[in-house]
Amino acid sequence: MALVALKNVTKAYPPQGRDGAEIVAVDDVTLDIEPGDVYGIIGYSGAGKSTLLRLVNALEPATAGSIEIDGREIVGLPERELRGIRLGIGMIFQQFNLFGAKTVAGNIAYPLKVAGWSKAEIEPRVAELLEFVGLAEKAKAFPDQLSGGQKQRVGIARALATSPRLLLADEATSALDPDTTQEVLELLKRVNREFGVTIIVITHEMDVIQSIATKVAVMDGGRVIENGEVFDVFSRPRNASSQRFVATVVKGVPSPAELAVLRERHEGRIVTISFRDSDASQAQVFVELANAGLDFELVYGGINDIQGRAFGHLTLAIRGADASIDSVLASIASRAEVTEAR
Amino acid sequence: MDRLFELGPDFWTAAFETLYMVALTLLIGGAIGLVLGIVLYASRAGGLMPNPIVYNVLNVVINFFRPIPFIIFIAAVQPLARYVIGIGIGNDAMIFSLSIAASFAISRIVEQNLVTVSPGVIEAARAMGAGPVRILRTVVIPEALGPLILGYTFIVVAIVDMTAMAGFIGGGGLGNFALVYGYRQFEPAITWAALLLIVVFVQALQFLGNWLARKVMRR
Repeated sequence: MALVALKNVTKAYPPQGRDGAEIVAVDDVTLDIEPGDVYGIIGYSGAGKSTLLRLVNALEPATAGSIEIDGREIVGLPERELRGIRLGIGMIFQQFNLFGAKTVAGNIAYPLKVAGWSKAEIEPRVAELLEFVGLAEKAKAFPDQLSGGQKQRVGIARALATSPRLLLADEATSALDPDTTQEVLELLKRVNREFGVTIIVITHEMDVIQSIATKVAVMDGGRVIENGEVFDVFSRPRNASSQRFVATVVKGVPSPAELAVLRERHEGRIVTISFRDSDASQAQVFVELANAGLDFELVYGGINDIQGRAFGHLTLAIRGADASIDSVLASIASRAEVTEAR
Repeated sequence: MDRLFELGPDFWTAAFETLYMVALTLLIGGAIGLVLGIVLYASRAGGLMPNPIVYNVLNVVINFFRPIPFIIFIAAVQPLARYVIGIGIGNDAMIFSLSIAASFAISRIVEQNLVTVSPGVIEAARAMGAGPVRILRTVVIPEALGPLILGYTFIVVAIVDMTAMAGFIGGGGLGNFALVYGYRQFEPAITWAALLLIVVFVQALQFLGNWLARKVMRR
């Protein structure tokens, strides 16, 4: 059973002013998130992904549809009961949102106090969490004495304090530099692996999805326009918006402008071969080209690895007799996707 | 100068009366103002417990009373003071009017300082399952404590100012002392002595407030 099951979920805000139109932030979204998933939700700002995340822990009420958390419907529940649900869902934020007037230990203890833990139970739990995020020596520090990465680690410890099964990450690495981003992503991976916590990651950065997500949904205009295994979405994005996102991390097919530059620099026919892991291996392709006595060079593209599965697009400039090029390409085309730039 | 030494005991009594009025006004007006300010903050649209009726009524009442010049305000609430305290003049009646006026001013200062608390930390507390009253008590007020102390310091200085005015219309204290023995009897030395002591009070209070705020904000 899905841990989070969204069915036709819509969030609309009432019109502003007299002639204003209703603003639909999330539009008829249906999504199942299974236990153990690291589910990425990607989209440009304003795509509705942050709102969608806030519907899951009911910080914002959905206007229509059904949201089941672990089989329990939360749409329409009274605020008092929602507080109990929220205790079982951790959340981390782009701006960390730590309590500036409380120490690191005080921040991590806060959700435990809300959950009604006794002082004697809180202390060892806080120490354990600080150990897990590697900040044991910072227990008495205040948030403004920490670096961005340390702040987010405190945020993660605080979100995990009550041992939730679900963690919501709202652009959790967007305010961090690339090194720190990797450090925080590694920590999230450990949270998923060691504690089996299901994570929903909202981001506009495709490389965050690439490094930690198992599944991904692409949002645009409040709708989920594409979703599935990260490998499938990355290697064969169906939608124009998904293609633009994929292009930010995967060097794919050269654009017309890039093609013009390639033509200027390289003689021969420009051909793009797209590999997906089950397709023809690169080695076979190169052997076939060499056996046909063709002269070729790699001019564009790359191979990517997603959770141990490789895919990519390689653009070659091939020189030789047209007839033999045609016959080799035909042979390759039966096993990999071949597109020739005209 | 000789006259000042003659009046020595009265001078110190007046100084004590000023401190007494300031302290009690701060205690009563400060507490009522804190409650009103928190209610304003929580009931505003998009607040922790939005309630347009409570917010608008309170907002209008405070906006009505706050701009009234204090010296006129004392005169206007005198009948009420007589009814509640039993007497319309004297220090206790003044504390009554001062407390009312101060609570309106303090409620605005409290509200203004509370709205500066980042919505993000409130959202974080909500996401952890905390209810609105707990969030007010354990997040909003602690996060705004430094600025709140500075706000209260500002108000205490204003209250010292108001007690001096109260001296004109039936209250005791240094304001009354300066008027009666200094201004009306053409003894500038006495006026200046009262004035200097008020300045000392204000400086000491300001210093104390700054020190406390710095301690709370750790910078």
